Amino acid sequence: MLRLLQLELQKLLLNRASKVLIFISFILPFFIILLSSIRFNVFNYFTLEVGHYGVFNFPIVWHIMTFFASYFKLFFAIVVVSMIGNEYSNKTIKQNLIDGLSKKEFILSKFYTIIFFSALSTLLIFIICIITGLFYSSIDEAHLIFRETEFLLAYFIKLVGFFSLCLFLGVLVKRSAFALAFLFVLFLLEWIIYGVLAYNIDESTATKIQNFFPLKSIYKLIDQPFQRIAISKAPNGQDFLYDFGVHWYEFAIVIAWTALFIFLSYRLLKKRDL
Amino acid sequence: MEPILTINNLTKKFGYLTAVKDLSFTINKGNVYGILGPNGSGKSTTLGIVLNVVNKTEGNFHWFDGNTSTHDALKKVGAIIERPNFYPYMTAEQNLKLVCRIKGVSHSKINEKLEVVGLLDRKDHKFRTYSLGMKQRLAIASALLNDPEILILDEPTNGLDPQGIHQIRKIIKDIASTGTTILLASHLLDEVEKVCTHVVVLRKGEKLYSGRVDEMISSHGFFELKAEKHNELKTLLENHPSFGNIKVEDQLITAFLNEPMDATTFNTLMFEKGIVLSHLVKRKESLEEQFLQLTDNTET
Repeated sequence: MLRLLQLELQKLLLNRASKVLIFISFILPFFIILLSSIRFNVFNYFTLEVGHYGVFNFPIVWHIMTFFASYFKLFFAIVVVSMIGNEYSNKTIKQNLIDGLSKKEFILSKFYTIIFFSALSTLLIFIICIITGLFYSSIDEAHLIFRETEFLLAYFIKLVGFFSLCLFLGVLVKRSAFALAFLFVLFLLEWIIYGVLAYNIDESTATKIQNFFPLKSIYKLIDQPFQRIAISKAPNGQDFLYDFGVHWYEFAIVIAWTALFIFLSYRLLKKRDL
Repeated sequence: MEPILTINNLTKKFGYLTAVKDLSFTINKGNVYGILGPNGSGKSTTLGIVLNVVNKTEGNFHWFDGNTSTHDALKKVGAIIERPNFYPYMTAEQNLKLVCRIKGVSHSKINEKLEVVGLLDRKDHKFRTYSLGMKQRLAIASALLNDPEILILDEPTNGLDPQGIHQIRKIIKDIASTGTTILLASHLLDEVEKVCTHVVVLRKGEKLYSGRVDEMISSHGFFELKAEKHNELKTLLENHPSFGNIKVEDQLITAFLNEPMDATTFNTLMFEKGIVLSHLVKRKESLEEQFLQLTDNTET
């Protein structure tokens, strides 16, 4: 396993484009978060302090951070599709196999890399959350601090699921740009199907069905936190109108998709003549 | 003899096209094999199948004694196919390190092998700055990293300039002289003739010949003849038991021998019959002629 991971890391880290994209997708968001947690002084007219809205308090900090940081996954998605696209355009996939890598190992090396970077990102966001959370909230009891850390797990699963989808699309179309276009098409397709369903049946059934679709299910793991902030500011904030928790079945759906994507990538590669 | 690669009834179909048809042969240790065939005869497809990049349709093959999986066996094989494929953004050394990692061998041989192909002074240059000849030589270095049991080369001199071709051939000969088994696919016959001891001839995916190169060429040769009494000579040859095929081109008669006969004996015979030859040459077919004969005869 370590050998496969090392292989892929060498391929990625010696490539300047991937290095930059990895930096943007994993390191940059944390700088942004750190910066935003500092009090902004906008041209001396007014001060903007994001922390003021209570977004950095425990436990909501886990939710907010993972939600925003996960948008940067799009940059690493480019790395994932090009990880496959480059192997095809350089024909190095052929050479790798001839040198004695099996097709299974080839897919696994990509998958381990996905897990590695997802775990790294989760670890980083954990550290940032702890720092900003401790700085802004008055809570210092461990069980309160670590309440709702399931968002971290959701974040991890979300990344792995999304990148596995990208991996599959990369293997499917062999070219990075087309794979990304495909991702966008899939996004549109999910909403078109939703629209058709909502029009023909009703909205809530359509939403329920849409929640099983790959992109939507990945998104659903960490729901958008705006209502939550609004609710927490409202006087009777305890009444949750909106279900933004992390549920076991949401995990199950995404894990199932992940397994399917990896399996299909392998099957596709196995059937293919290179 | 120790078998390295055994192929049994291998068939590959691309849709309606049969690229390899019921092909069987065995590669034994210590010999230098050539796979000959015109373009599109299934050489690369066959190699692709045994190298795990093309899926077979039917039949089977196994490496060594048949107890190792293909991808593990490939770690003991060195192969380069058509074009050298490396990561353009990595240096030669980094590329070779990656290959070492895949094959699970130590990095210690990298410099040694780069020396063999004469690229040691360029090892820190990026692959994309290399010329085609250098790329091909790097590919050979990479194939040698694990001191392979067998070296597979598919059209190694394709697209190279004369110097490049010369360099590659010299490297191949040097490797062959160390006793490494080599499998060389090519449509360049003199290449095969110069290097190989055994040959497999393919045409449209079918095996036409497999065996030693010298046996393939070891017909008894032929005479090229010219005489004033053209027709008499022709009739005489046709009725003589020592001659098989007779070909006439303009005034030149080519008579293929069924049994050994030297030029002196033949000339004496002709003299006795009262035929004076104006032209007499005894030749043996080159591999090229033999190959063309093999690949043409079955055209219909």
